Amino acid sequence: MDAILFYVFAAIAVVSAVVVIAQKNPMYSAFALIVTLCSLSVIFGLLGSPFIAVLQVIVYAGAIMVLFLFVLMLLDVKREEDSPARGGRTLRGIALALVTLLVLQAGAVLLRSERGAAASFDASTRRMAEILFSPHFLYAFEATSILILAALVGAVALAKKEL
Amino acid sequence: MSPSPAVQELILAVAKIALVVGALLGLFSLMTWIERRTLAFMQYRLGPNRTGPLGILQPIADGIKLFFKEEVMPAAANKWGFLAAPVVAVTTALLAVAVLPYGPPFTLPGWGVLPEWLRGRTVQIQIASIDVGLLFMFAVTALGVYGIVLAGWSANNKYALLGGLRSSAQMFSYEIALGLSWVGIIMLAGSFQIADIVNAQSGWFWRWNAFVQLPAFVVYMIAATAEVARIPFDLPEAEAELVAGFHTEYSSMRFALLQMAEYINMITVSVLATNLFLGGWHAGVPGLPSEGLLGFVWWGAKVSALLFVFIWLRGTLPRFRYDQLMHIGWKVLIPVAAVWILITATGVALAGR
Repeated sequence: MDAILFYVFAAIAVVSAVVVIAQKNPMYSAFALIVTLCSLSVIFGLLGSPFIAVLQVIVYAGAIMVLFLFVLMLLDVKREEDSPARGGRTLRGIALALVTLLVLQAGAVLLRSERGAAASFDASTRRMAEILFSPHFLYAFEATSILILAALVGAVALAKKEL
Repeated sequence: MSPSPAVQELILAVAKIALVVGALLGLFSLMTWIERRTLAFMQYRLGPNRTGPLGILQPIADGIKLFFKEEVMPAAANKWGFLAAPVVAVTTALLAVAVLPYGPPFTLPGWGVLPEWLRGRTVQIQIASIDVGLLFMFAVTALGVYGIVLAGWSANNKYALLGGLRSSAQMFSYEIALGLSWVGIIMLAGSFQIADIVNAQSGWFWRWNAFVQLPAFVVYMIAATAEVARIPFDLPEAEAELVAGFHTEYSSMRFALLQMAEYINMITVSVLATNLFLGGWHAGVPGLPSEGLLGFVWWGAKVSALLFVFIWLRGTLPRFRYDQLMHIGWKVLIPVAAVWILITATGVALAGR
């Protein structure tokens, strides 16, 4: 059952991810990206981590994509215009995608010995919190949140001409 | 012969889904009538009182009328977006109801027409009791905005587009306050499961989160009203400026679907408020039992009272201006909720929980 669901949602995720880059209408791309993110969330759920699954939807599909759509609706972009350099760009894009795939595969092969451990990893909310707030990760976690806050304040300072 | 445990679970789950969705659809049509009648009385009118006794069959008449109305789609509309929007709106609205408990767990009678394996079994009307129930609610609420955005964008109408823009800005502004208002409750109950949160509020009624977490309750009620876009927060469909906002171009059953999504969302936030803040199915007085049928009575009374409050607000308050809406959301509700989280966290830490 889990395997069937995995393949169904993995297929949906891949197909909609292709739609994201193949579509010329940015609104369709944005909606396809939402579908991708939701399918990824289902896969996280199947891996036994409802917490990460739900966070995926809240943060990416819920918050970030709404902002994307908001901007797209304000700009009212009709259609991406074909530029003469398009063929070259496509080739470079495919090359970059292949390199990324190779790197990820290499990483997966190198880490294969630990895959058994990953499958039985307890990803419940309680366990997640214990790891995040353990002395090992606590400072990194808090520093990241301050970094994000600083980026936010910086963005506002740059965007606003006068405060 | 009784079916295997897996099949039993499946039958039970399907029965619960049918019951909850059926009850919600029934309540939705009833609510439209109750709302029109109540508003009418508040405004010294009579409201729809001709169809059936007291006009109670009005929703059915409305349904038949909408069903036979002509479907109109603007020529320049984005076809797929226009068709998908009501479906997305209703789907997300119905997804959110899956993790809510409706009333207390109860024991089925050990006799009657029930099959052997169901007799004497303790069940609770809750479709999915998942570990991260409250967060799931939050995630689905966050997705709910897409139905409205899609409806506003695809109709190719400037009023619909403005309505869609307004509603996306409003919903993600108030979602933050809504989520923050739950944090204190989650800390007190130590669980994301809504049933656990309800059971943490047993005993006297002053132990309900509405009293223990009063600032959070106020923030929740304001943010929830904004999330379901009811007056005084119905800017997305402000009829004086935007015709009817995001559903300007919708007609017939698609209009009814968008309307249905709105009412279901309103019922959902009322049920959630009852469960999180008003002690759910607990009577609030230790002597009174909260199990079985009486639990449903307490629970139903609280939900009905909250639904009435939403109608009451609509009959009472004027609409906010857009800058006031943003001001309240970002500069009042979020700081209040954040400070309250700090206070609750300090309290929880000092109590050594």
